[in-house]
Amino acid sequence: MNIMIVGVGGQGTLLCSRLLGEAFVAMGREVKVSEVHGMSQRGGSVVTYVKCGDEVFSPLVERGEADLILAFEQLEAARWLPYLSPGGRMLVNTQIINPMPVITGAAQYPEGILDWLTANVPGSVTLDALKLAEEAGSPRAVNTVLVGAMVAVLNLPKDVFETALEKTVPPKFLKLNKIAFEKGFAAVSR
Amino acid sequence: MSKALFSGNEAVARGLFETGVSVVSSYPGTPSTEITESAAGYAEMYSEWAPNEKVAVEVALGASIGGARAFAGMKHVGLNVAADPLFTASYTGVNAGLVIAVADDQGLHSSQNEQDSRHWARSAKLPMLEPADSAECLAFTKFAYELSEEYDTPVLLRLSTRVSHSRSLVTAGERADIPLKPYEKNPRKYVMMPAMAKERHEFVEARTLRLAELAERTPLNTTEENVNAKIGVITAGIAYQYAKEALGNNASYLKLGMIAPLPEKVIRDFAARFRRVVVIEELDGVIETHCKALGIPVIGKELFGYTGEYSAGLIKEKLLGEKPVTREYPEQTPPRPPVLCPGCPHRGVFYVLNKLKLTVMGDIGCYTLGALAPLSALDVCVCMGASVSSLHGINTARGADFAKSAIAVLGDSTFIHSGITGIIDIAYNKGVSTVMVLDNSITGMTGHQQNPTTGLTIKGDPTSSVNLELLARACGFNRVRVIDPFDLSGAESVLKEELQVREPSFIIARRPCALLKTVKSNPPVFCDENACTGCKMCMKAGCPAISMKKTAGKSKAQIDKTLCTGCGVCEKICRFKALMAIDS
Repeated sequence: MNIMIVGVGGQGTLLCSRLLGEAFVAMGREVKVSEVHGMSQRGGSVVTYVKCGDEVFSPLVERGEADLILAFEQLEAARWLPYLSPGGRMLVNTQIINPMPVITGAAQYPEGILDWLTANVPGSVTLDALKLAEEAGSPRAVNTVLVGAMVAVLNLPKDVFETALEKTVPPKFLKLNKIAFEKGFAAVSR
Repeated sequence: MSKALFSGNEAVARGLFETGVSVVSSYPGTPSTEITESAAGYAEMYSEWAPNEKVAVEVALGASIGGARAFAGMKHVGLNVAADPLFTASYTGVNAGLVIAVADDQGLHSSQNEQDSRHWARSAKLPMLEPADSAECLAFTKFAYELSEEYDTPVLLRLSTRVSHSRSLVTAGERADIPLKPYEKNPRKYVMMPAMAKERHEFVEARTLRLAELAERTPLNTTEENVNAKIGVITAGIAYQYAKEALGNNASYLKLGMIAPLPEKVIRDFAARFRRVVVIEELDGVIETHCKALGIPVIGKELFGYTGEYSAGLIKEKLLGEKPVTREYPEQTPPRPPVLCPGCPHRGVFYVLNKLKLTVMGDIGCYTLGALAPLSALDVCVCMGASVSSLHGINTARGADFAKSAIAVLGDSTFIHSGITGIIDIAYNKGVSTVMVLDNSITGMTGHQQNPTTGLTIKGDPTSSVNLELLARACGFNRVRVIDPFDLSGAESVLKEELQVREPSFIIARRPCALLKTVKSNPPVFCDENACTGCKMCMKAGCPAISMKKTAGKSKAQIDKTLCTGCGVCEKICRFKALMAIDS
């Protein structure tokens, strides 16, 4: 299975991919997780790849290969769409974060991304993860909300992710993250 | 121990631990940084951040001569800085094992160039190993120490962004008990003056021949035969993974784990079995050139090129003629370049530099982002420390009047790395340049490492810190000023004064990085829409928290409360008092 996690540097995509990696290891799969550190983290477009299967060689998911693209932001969903496999699905956070060229007026933020994706990419799921994270107690829990939603979308074993969450998240944020995970899971299960 | 996910960098650190390394000295640089950060987590190893890579390699060499297995890690351009000790360490050889890891950045994810560090191995006449995943990172690191001690040589370990920053399964082991070797004075081996160095050069050449023999039989170079294979692929490192992903059992592979020196017979024997032999290596054609020099017909660069990262997709396209089926979003998606964070202390400085229309010699760090619109403040950025010395150069070329509108800006860590010699050059040679250190109390871009100005070691223990003011004075700068980058008018007037004087000036813009845990945010700024005229002056700050939105047909500034740290820079830029701190 090839999963891409795309978003804006600072949204917590790294934690999300690590969580996913740990969960796949616990499920006994061969796993590779590719991350990007350094300059591109700061407010830039970021992408991490999680691949699992019997044997994984390249750590990268390439164009036309992603079974799931988990997009933390609308524009990033549109940007990385060419990476989706023909039968692949999209899980999109409805949040909008303007990139600097849009802020300065040098470019326009495309309108109607969610409608287009829903109409043209079968099986696309959208959710307002920011709102759910705020309900859970912190806007910073957007990533955990989305992990919960992804577990539901891919029908992955929930308990494995709950254990991975306990391993990856510091104890004082665990309760918040468990609530966020549940909210994401429930939002998509309905 | 059971298997666990390790990044390539974490696996190298684990290898250092397991093979009994006891001294680690490095300078941070993406994508190599986490090797040393991870090494610092093992109490059994002494780890440090050195001021630069040259110092790091010299520390590691000294430790090796002193009988301890030692390590230095850096990015590709860092090895340029360390090239001086590297070339002569090749002559001295080692006492206990010495390994230097160098991480290349194919695709320039976070670098100023895309050079291929394999050339250093060839020119310094050192063996170089290249792992392709995390398990190999651990295994090759351990092997490198055996090699180093057996052949009396420093060993280079070549990594790349995708190997360093990919996590894959690793079986970790226990730490070997490696006692400190005895140290004996041996000037013929360690004092490299002409008479001794001549002898050691003979040794180096003989060692290279022995290493070339090793390359023919090392288990690090592996062949993978596939019955149906029509082509033979010679590859190494991450390119092996791309090739395997793309071609699977349709090719046979010669995977070179030891990439310097390269084998001859192994390659000849492999190549002889195929009508078509393809070399798949990112960046320069090092293996390809070697093959062609041996008269072995191969192709590679003419198919895949010299720039950027390769991918399985590229290999499929070039060798199999396959292209993926993809969907495109119908509209153009605007790019999302990285930006200075909300609350970044560099923002105020670059706003003022841009306003004063100065020629700005920039440097390597987060603040290189000051080059992008709308701050658009940098004229030049080349390498660590070049801001200072190139400013002296441009001012010398264009004269003292030009110097009144030119400045160098560099961060605290970069200044320590290689800015100090530049200011000495300015003062000593009667220059008039104005140098500004953006002191944000941390090495920012590589992800918050301590440095000699922060007062903390790599392990977070309190230590001495460089006093930048006194240092500048000691180097011959009589004018030393400290400014708060959030105080825009104060910064502007100090800049104007210091640029006017016909002597060197040293300005420290001091405020800690907004992402440091110790830095508390202020309440977010809000926009009084009645006062906002939509003039867009605040947009010149290039802050991701500010955007314009249309209300009732009129454009008004809007502050994203979740991003705003209340730094107040926009408040000071606004002439209509529309942007205000919440408590006012």
